[in-house]
Amino acid sequence: MSDIPKDLRYSPSHEWVRDEGNGVVTLGITDHAQESLGDLVFVELPEVGQAIAVGDEMGVVESVKAASDLFSPVSGEVVEVNETLGDTPEAINGDPYGDGWIAKVKLSVPAELDELLDADAYTAVAEEEDD
Amino acid sequence: MGRQTPLYDSHVASGAKMVDFAGWDMPIHYGSQLNEHRQVRQAAGMFDVSHMAVVDLAGAATRDFLRHLLANDVAKLQTSGAALYTCMLNPAGGIKDDLIVYRRDDGAYRMVVNAGTRDKDLAWIREWAADFDVAVTERPDLAMIAVQGPAARDAVHGVVSDGLAAGLADLERFHALAGDGLFVARTGYTGEDGYEIIVPGDAAADLWARLAARGVAPTGLGARDTLRLEAGLNLYGSDMDEDTTPLESALGWTVAWEPAERDFIGRQALEAQRAAGPARILVGLVLEGRGVLRGHQKVITDKGEGETTSGSFAPTLERSVALARVPAGTTSAQVEIRGRLHDVIISRPPFVKNGQPNLHI
Repeated sequence: MSDIPKDLRYSPSHEWVRDEGNGVVTLGITDHAQESLGDLVFVELPEVGQAIAVGDEMGVVESVKAASDLFSPVSGEVVEVNETLGDTPEAINGDPYGDGWIAKVKLSVPAELDELLDADAYTAVAEEEDD
Repeated sequence: MGRQTPLYDSHVASGAKMVDFAGWDMPIHYGSQLNEHRQVRQAAGMFDVSHMAVVDLAGAATRDFLRHLLANDVAKLQTSGAALYTCMLNPAGGIKDDLIVYRRDDGAYRMVVNAGTRDKDLAWIREWAADFDVAVTERPDLAMIAVQGPAARDAVHGVVSDGLAAGLADLERFHALAGDGLFVARTGYTGEDGYEIIVPGDAAADLWARLAARGVAPTGLGARDTLRLEAGLNLYGSDMDEDTTPLESALGWTVAWEPAERDFIGRQALEAQRAAGPARILVGLVLEGRGVLRGHQKVITDKGEGETTSGSFAPTLERSVALARVPAGTTSAQVEIRGRLHDVIISRPPFVKNGQPNLHI
């Protein structure tokens, strides 16, 4: 079973969101997503300064076998991206909630966080896909 | 649930991620496709390829039949055990399948055809065989394990009888030897040395376990695909199909034009195309920058549009490569990935040779 931390929020499209408490969130893809994709070999990151809305394509993660779009789970402005993923995309496989983070976003609609799934709800989504 | 090979339980016990492949439940990887790929390039890996179909042919007219059925010429097989890679064509010269045919004793032959084309191939073979004195027998009782990599041969020699091991040590490439109830061919689909071992289904799991004990890593179909792509080997259904000919699929070398009087299925169409020159050819592409080439991406060339037929990240090269069908005479190309054009280098496959990068850049 994939690791689904209780303190994060999730999108049905397998992004996770960590509320850093200062109007900024960190986001990445879930353990379940990286497991499904397999060995990651390329990440196309969003650009710092880019404005995004919920559901926007904000990057691509590519494994050996498939490409998967990264959709924004929140609205706001990208304020930082994890440049180290350019050389070490496999960090997402090894530590999806830590070294494998993808971007930090300054929220324009903080209330959107409440719309995201909690760990239990996301667990149900992930389990349904495994069936 | 799909069809299962005799090694299904072995895969599950090894933690394989099973997927549907042409109606079969097959292992895509056992944890990390990249690690499995590297293990084959650097040491040895084994693949369950039991989903492929073994077809035995026997009877007085088998040789004549195969000289008609196949674009390559089995008359080249001078000795028992000698093998040939060939296409089986339709009358328009399109590729029904690619396969290996082995000569056996007493004028008998064995063919190994792809899993996805099994039913269509058998129907085709039986249809044409009706005009000849040939018995066509599918062998679902047999399993097949491919053992590939620089350490593959030694590992196999260690799990067979001394007598068979001695024979295998002298076996030339593209030849097979029977012994210990096994049919061991020095062929493969990874660009590495190694064997493809045909084994009775009820003995397959034991052989698999003995190879694993020798350090041969279970390797999934995911790595099989990246290995064969690095080796520049075509995949049926992606890089070639019934609508493409060997000349359009970089397989002109497998067509035996001589003797000119040999009348094989598709010959007339193929000769016409050869005389006119094929309009499309299959080439290798190497992505210059970051990103991953995939199949069915648009290729923009100096001679018009083409299409990638298969593409992937190439672990040995740590960059992306593809095979692509492009207009003949193409000298430069770009590939469209998600709406953006990316520069690629046209490079003659194989992209990896003897485990080392082989890029003509």
